[in-house]
Amino acid sequence: MIPGQFDYVRPADMAETLRILKDREGEAKLLSGGYSLLPLIKLRLAQPALLVDLRDVAGLDGIAETDDYLRIGARATHRQIHEMPMVRDRYPLLHDVTAVIGDPQVRNWGTIGGSVAHADPASDWPAVLLATSSTIICRSQSRERAIAAREFFLDTFTTAIEPTEVLTEIRIPRRPRGAGGAYQKLERKVGDFATVGVAAVVRLGANGRIESAGIGLTGVAETPFAATDAEAILAGNAPAEELFRKAAAAAGAQSRPAGDVRGPVEYKRAMAAELTVRALRTAVERALANA
Amino acid sequence: MTTETTPRTSPEIGGMGHSVKRKEDPRFIRGAGEYIDDLVLPGMLWLDIVRSPYAHATIKGIDASEALKIPGVLAVITGADLEKAGLHWMPTLAGDKQMVLPTTTVMYQSQEVAAVVATSRYIAADGVAAVLVDYEPLPVIVDPHKALEPGAMVLRPDRAADKQTNRIWHWESGDAAKTDAALAAADVRVSEDIYIPRIHVASIETCGCIADWDAVRGQMTLHMTSQAPHAIRTVLALVSGLPEQNIRVKTHDMGGGFGGKVPVYPGYVLAVVASLTVGKPVKWIEDRSENLQADSFARDYHIHAELGATKAGKITSLKVKTIADHGYTDAAADPSKFPAGLFNVITGSYDFDNAFVEVDGVYTNKPPGGVAYRCSFRVTEAVHAIERMVDILAHDIGKDPAQLRMENFIQPEQFPYKTPTGWEYDSGNYGVALQKAMDMIGYDDLRKEQAAKRAKGELMGIGISSFTEIVGAGPSHDFDIIGLKMFDSCEIRVHPTGKVLARIGVQTTGQGHETTFAQIIAEELGFPVGDIKIEYGDTDTAPYGLGTYASRSTPVAGAATAMAARKIRDKARKLAAHLLEASEEDLEWEPGKFSVKGSPDRFKTIQEIAFAAYTNHPAGMEAGLEAVDYYDPPNLTFPFGSYICVVDIDKGTGQVHIRRFVAVDDCGNIINPMIVDGQIHGGLTMGLAPSLYEAITYDELGNNLAGTFMDYLVPTAVETPAWETGKTITPSPHHPLGAKGVGESATVGAPPAIANAVVDALWHLGVRNVDIPMTPQKIWAILHEKGIS
Repeated sequence: MIPGQFDYVRPADMAETLRILKDREGEAKLLSGGYSLLPLIKLRLAQPALLVDLRDVAGLDGIAETDDYLRIGARATHRQIHEMPMVRDRYPLLHDVTAVIGDPQVRNWGTIGGSVAHADPASDWPAVLLATSSTIICRSQSRERAIAAREFFLDTFTTAIEPTEVLTEIRIPRRPRGAGGAYQKLERKVGDFATVGVAAVVRLGANGRIESAGIGLTGVAETPFAATDAEAILAGNAPAEELFRKAAAAAGAQSRPAGDVRGPVEYKRAMAAELTVRALRTAVERALANA
Repeated sequence: MTTETTPRTSPEIGGMGHSVKRKEDPRFIRGAGEYIDDLVLPGMLWLDIVRSPYAHATIKGIDASEALKIPGVLAVITGADLEKAGLHWMPTLAGDKQMVLPTTTVMYQSQEVAAVVATSRYIAADGVAAVLVDYEPLPVIVDPHKALEPGAMVLRPDRAADKQTNRIWHWESGDAAKTDAALAAADVRVSEDIYIPRIHVASIETCGCIADWDAVRGQMTLHMTSQAPHAIRTVLALVSGLPEQNIRVKTHDMGGGFGGKVPVYPGYVLAVVASLTVGKPVKWIEDRSENLQADSFARDYHIHAELGATKAGKITSLKVKTIADHGYTDAAADPSKFPAGLFNVITGSYDFDNAFVEVDGVYTNKPPGGVAYRCSFRVTEAVHAIERMVDILAHDIGKDPAQLRMENFIQPEQFPYKTPTGWEYDSGNYGVALQKAMDMIGYDDLRKEQAAKRAKGELMGIGISSFTEIVGAGPSHDFDIIGLKMFDSCEIRVHPTGKVLARIGVQTTGQGHETTFAQIIAEELGFPVGDIKIEYGDTDTAPYGLGTYASRSTPVAGAATAMAARKIRDKARKLAAHLLEASEEDLEWEPGKFSVKGSPDRFKTIQEIAFAAYTNHPAGMEAGLEAVDYYDPPNLTFPFGSYICVVDIDKGTGQVHIRRFVAVDDCGNIINPMIVDGQIHGGLTMGLAPSLYEAITYDELGNNLAGTFMDYLVPTAVETPAWETGKTITPSPHHPLGAKGVGESATVGAPPAIANAVVDALWHLGVRNVDIPMTPQKIWAILHEKGIS
């Protein structure tokens, strides 16, 4: 667990960061927390030539609500997000997830941008961003662009970010009236990546039926994904245990887990379904409370 | 038997029974502890190890040329280099032999293959990455049952007991014929296969050393993480030929041992060889993966047990056949006569006449070991088996498991009790401990709640473990390690100003020896505990001892400390008689002073007596006030306890939630109640760990699937329930202080309580046994099969 040699730079601002990424395109990895990246480097599973530490780059850590979305700067730590009263009161789904990411040490150091850009197939944030149909903002020297979460996670540890880009912020749609969300995580012990994680959001119409639903799953495929079959089953129907079960079965069926130390395929599929039911129950409760 | 401790000494003296705060804690809390990896000696070099990615392979070649090109890499040591000096193999404590570095074949994944010596830890690791080893993979034997099949590849033709198989040894205890007859005559017979998985001690501090060879003085100083420094010194003298007076083994603060720092690992030997070669200090420190993947494991017992009983549930007989997976060499640290440790204590807390136990040690392509992980040599395995079997019997005949235990316990008046496998239990009062645990937890109400929940389809279970431990090895007629008898020692020096320096033969790895051993001296001599300094772990100064493991510190070295203190008290009496101009017979002792009988105002304090020992000793008496004692215990001590665990099982996910856990322990007279409580809390958590979380597993190629803390699941405070502890006190009749060991009781006793609770929750579904660790995926699979989940 001794890393190989690498260069380390700590640029003062975004312009310098983007210039370094351009100059050493493909060689550099951004460091924003490091609780996922550094273990890989220590195990020599990742051997980047250059680590670019973002800690001195200003303007990446704000959390604020606009008319359209909740904006979370990429450098916001899980703990900062968890402790925002506005997040706790208005976004219980986010508050669920920031309570169960890693352990307190990870939550103190780890950042939302670092986690999303790292794209571990079992990390928690991606499920939330998929369920909420959030947007991820990336910047390079030449442009800034917005990428839909549902087009962002391409494969294991692979995203739509270009090597010359920095992930700068996350935009989560504002929670409207009648909407609620919840996150359910099964882990072997505290600090573990999810065996299965399920984020669910539902929006209830005036008639009490589900207008739309979003479900993001993590841990049960090569990358986190949206359980679109389940979403389609829920849309337009009145919330009920039987409906949740049917949707959950679809979510389980859509997952593509690998059998490993966290469990065999059959178990993971079953857990994807079980946690989907539990997440939906809570999401609907919260939606009703927010009517 | 009592339940409370009443100290004989004042709080100022702080003898036995006082919860004296730990004297060592200020330096730990303030970050001022000194661990091996904190030490940097002038000119020191670092050693790192190339390890095998294969569980079994032929080494066709090792190319170190690229590594040697790295600036700062000074040397690469291979098995061929060691072979020239005859150092490529070393003996294990169990009388087997182990490769220091292989010359032809690697036998397990992560085995040491070569060592790199460099000017920094980082360069050494880069050197390791640059050494190219050409392996040709060989077939792998992971399952010990397959290792014993006829025609199986023989892994160690040089050592196998009959040269034809992978059987290392066969060991048995008890009377086979009598037991078979009793089983045949039994009304009820229950049998079960129980696997106690391979686990790892996972101490916070990994293993390491600095070997410091001074060629000018001919002196080898070995700073190391060892639970038994004196034994290491002697072994090093015998193996290296260095004169023993020129070898100094020194331990420093240690972050846990738990049995894992008893064996000699190749890394230590490589550091010694490297230092002897280059004439500079060489440090070797394992990283976490190396520690988990290559250091000695614990447990790994495949047990088949059969219990016979009458219709009414009176146990008559127990027969046990076990396969012990030792990996590629037997590197267990058991006493010589006990290749399966004290596993034949498996008759437990129960009174019956017929038992037969047999164990076969087996070679596989896994790391060596078999250490006593917070366990007095295979007692954890034994206790798990008997406590599971008793529960199965109770369920099978429809009797409450608590009631069945009560009806089978050895009764208080039967002690000393001779077991059918030959042990003599010193003292016990099992029914009282179980009743206390039942009262604390509200047993009858819980059973009613369970019945109501079951009617609603909810899964709740209650599990009991009423264990008997066997600790304090041991009497010299039976106990030795590589011939060294398992006595232990203490040397006490009282300084003229009435302050005390005591040195003990046992090492601490965090147990609080600096406090408890001072309390023993305070108890015996009346010096305030703050005036007593305890030293250990330096073989140049400490008296010879066999070290700390198997809960032997208090039973053996604690007894030596009391005996040494009593020798000092005997001399102090003579000095007091001289000072008081009275006869010795007319003096009365109370902690801290001698007074003349009938004249309580004529007295001399122990401090005054100490001063006189150097300033005013009588003619004909030697000056000074010192004593040493080497204590050979007449028997082991047998702590016991009853634990009760309540679990709720999540039917959807298979997760086991421990709702409550009550632990009633009896370790005889208590030296420091706070430290005992801490030992029990820590031990319970280490019992929880393999019950629900930890296991080292291998795939069919022998790849370790739990080689980092990401997958070796050490529970944290979050997973740990709020332990509820209670105690009874049944003194040991043969120990000078009436004390027994306590360090491992909870680790031994907790797993079967948890396992029994889980099986109790599932019994009505037709589940008779669940092997630990009882993970959600395992429980879910059972529920799924039963159509519940």
